[in-house]
Amino acid sequence: MKRFFTPVFLALSLLLPLVGHALTPQEAYALSSGETDDRLKVLAQITEHVDPKAIELIKALSDDSVKISDHQVFIIQGDKAIDPVTGDALEMPANAEDVVSNNRMRGEFDAALASLSLFSPDQAVRLKAIKSMLKEPDADKLSMLDKALKVEQVEALRLQLQFAKAAIEINSTDDSLRLASAKILAGSKTPDTQRILNDRFGQESNAEIKAQIKKSLQEIQSALAWGEKLGILFTGLSLGSILLLVALGLAITYGLMGVINMAHGELMMVGAYATYVVQVFFRAHYPQWFDAYLFVAIPVSFLTSALVGAIIERLVLKYLYGRPLETLLATWGISLMLMQLVRSLFGAQNVGVENPVWMSGGIEVLSNLILPWNRMLIIVFAGLVLLGMSLLIGRTRLGLFVRGVTQNRPMAACMGVNTARIDTYAFALGSGIAGLAGCALSQIGNVGPDLGQSYIVDSFMVVVLGGVGQLLGSVYAAIGLGVINKLLEGVAGAVLAKIAVLVFIIFFIQKRPQGLFAMKGRSAET
Amino acid sequence: MTHQSTFLTQPKSLLTPWGWSVFAILAVLVCIGIPLLNIVVSADSFFHVSDFAIALVGKIMCYAICALAMDLIWGFSGILSLGHGLFFALGGYAMGMYLMRQIGRDGNYKSDLPDFMVFLDWKSLPWHWALSDSFIATVLIILIVPALIAWVFGYFAFRSRIKGVYFSIITQAMTYACMLLFFRNETGFGGNNGFTDFKRILGHPIATQEMRIILFVLSAVFLMGFYLLAKWIMSSKMGRVLMAIRDAESRVMFSGYSPLPYKLSIWTLSAVMCAVAGALYVPQVGIINPSEMSPAQSIEIAIWAAVGGRGTLIGPIVGAFLVNLAKSWLTVTAPSIWLYFLGALFILVTLFLPLGVVGFIQKMFKKEGASS
Repeated sequence: MKRFFTPVFLALSLLLPLVGHALTPQEAYALSSGETDDRLKVLAQITEHVDPKAIELIKALSDDSVKISDHQVFIIQGDKAIDPVTGDALEMPANAEDVVSNNRMRGEFDAALASLSLFSPDQAVRLKAIKSMLKEPDADKLSMLDKALKVEQVEALRLQLQFAKAAIEINSTDDSLRLASAKILAGSKTPDTQRILNDRFGQESNAEIKAQIKKSLQEIQSALAWGEKLGILFTGLSLGSILLLVALGLAITYGLMGVINMAHGELMMVGAYATYVVQVFFRAHYPQWFDAYLFVAIPVSFLTSALVGAIIERLVLKYLYGRPLETLLATWGISLMLMQLVRSLFGAQNVGVENPVWMSGGIEVLSNLILPWNRMLIIVFAGLVLLGMSLLIGRTRLGLFVRGVTQNRPMAACMGVNTARIDTYAFALGSGIAGLAGCALSQIGNVGPDLGQSYIVDSFMVVVLGGVGQLLGSVYAAIGLGVINKLLEGVAGAVLAKIAVLVFIIFFIQKRPQGLFAMKGRSAET
Repeated sequence: MTHQSTFLTQPKSLLTPWGWSVFAILAVLVCIGIPLLNIVVSADSFFHVSDFAIALVGKIMCYAICALAMDLIWGFSGILSLGHGLFFALGGYAMGMYLMRQIGRDGNYKSDLPDFMVFLDWKSLPWHWALSDSFIATVLIILIVPALIAWVFGYFAFRSRIKGVYFSIITQAMTYACMLLFFRNETGFGGNNGFTDFKRILGHPIATQEMRIILFVLSAVFLMGFYLLAKWIMSSKMGRVLMAIRDAESRVMFSGYSPLPYKLSIWTLSAVMCAVAGALYVPQVGIINPSEMSPAQSIEIAIWAAVGGRGTLIGPIVGAFLVNLAKSWLTVTAPSIWLYFLGALFILVTLFLPLGVVGFIQKMFKKEGASS
């Protein structure tokens, strides 16, 4: 908000016919000193017109960077003092005092700045100002809205201005105005207008207007229902993409290698902490490149987790192939140690991982459906990782060896494949993907020592449901479970949804004990 | 049963005469000796057993029952459950409900309802609390509810031949889901905090030395009783079929046995044993909350059995004592070491001691016997 004012209002002063009146030294002085009520009167008078100088002064006042001596007001910018009327640098006398504004004044300053931004040349800023007015209709702003309507050129914004105006006039004493407003508001399909109409519906006595409000409300509701449905679908997809990232690593370690890796969640945690470390490093040494830290964090988290995975495989799992229950217990032990290690290194508290600027925010598809960038990028990321993995397993020599060792270990060894090395590579790969999942998770949730624990049950469900030894099965299972989970959450609440999904999986396995996509042929019955 | 197992020689007695005498000595020692050392011997004597030790050992004996139950299904039947903490907690919650009702009007709010219900502004008891004021009904609930849940779950799982890690993962998900359910206030189990602040049991105050001793002896009696029961089952035909299922399930089926009833009965029995352990545990420690159902708790039961030695009946009991004594010592002296220790235990036992401590010692003795 703050940055655009200076250049913007210079341009604005040429554009807008309303700018006829310029800030006088008397007004500046009256605004900065005296009783609150008097100052507010001056403020109202000044904001009748859009004057960049006045805005500068109001902004400075609300930032507490204004000083005053007898009959002269100074805006403090760094170590300079500026005349609010002429903009010239001034010599500040020693007896200048700080201007103190109470909370009421501050509230009024902010409101004034907000309504003045209705005239900003930046469309996005104007839209934001209108939206905030729509959210909290205030009868005092009516004149500002009328002025804005006169000069606004963009059709979409004119519509929004009309909505904002109607949101105020819906409470006017004039019956015809109320009726018209109720009709207009039907076009603005947002939860805010729904609330405003609902409030009015409770107070309205005129039957005709009441009927119109009801009709408008129905229109809004049916439009909002769509947004809600799509929103559930999106959060389901988002959860599914995260589950997919988690399950892809498991699909290698469990599906292809038969290792029950209970430490998978902790390998994700390692990836997330690697992201955190990269972020801290960038902030300390390359703050100008901070927004790009994620591009370094992705390979770093992959490699860190892969390295930890390779060590685990070499030291422990190598001796346990073919004994899945034992790998389960041993990797559980590893997960406990990794968690405690992270607690000793980084503390038991969650650490903060900040999104790069380009990942925060989102696109507003419908009034009640905002798709956040970070979640959308994670969906894309999961797709890329899936693509990379299926190419790696299906098209490369390493993938061929991994599949060979999975299907028939002694035969692969006979053909000259170094099976021990392939095991290490494959486990490191699975762990590295866990690290990528951790990196992705760090962008949407808390990073703490318990990070892995909350996803591990779900992700094993994905692998069980998807079927062992199948990538495609994991994809369908992950997205299916994510969407079903979120759909049920809407109906029954989070906990019951989880339980329902669990019961569903148990029954599903009754029908198809091998998962969605059963392995065919000899390898099926092992 | 049409299968005559004439070729199996059944032992006449569960234990050898030597074994029975050791068992009898242990029973007298634990049920009479230790209580006497606690009550009669003065506190400054070397032979005095402190209240803390009584409480600790009483608690560990409950854990040992769980480890024994785990051994029956894992060590002897090859089914690794990662959800046994659920049955332990269910037994504990059933007992806890009774104990909450026994508080009567002595709670903070002086109401007939348990404190947490007053706090949630509930006006009457939910339906599942209806029988909780009767001790006999509570005992029946402790036995029947976990058995029923285990039976239904086991029936569906074993019928579709879910086994190995699939079964382990699903049991883990089961206990996880139940933990989430019990965390909710609406389910009527006290939410996060569970049940605590118990005042009396069967009308007698709960926090007295006598009650502690009684619960201690009860735990010991149940532990020894379950040990004999397990021994009996495992030396019977059923035990042999179970071990055969563990070693080669397909062959057992080809020989004309259906594994389902065998697996289902041992699974249900194992669940009931855990529930009894939970019911004995709660009055001794004075609290039950949903964290008992967390997957981590259940998997710890497996490590007790593994450390002691699965496939032997004395092993899990030894394991439960070793691990939990280490835990109560380490969590006080060096809390941050404990998880490293537990983690290392999981790894080292699976890598180097697949038979557990008891199995290892047995093997050593056999080798010595063979060489001499």
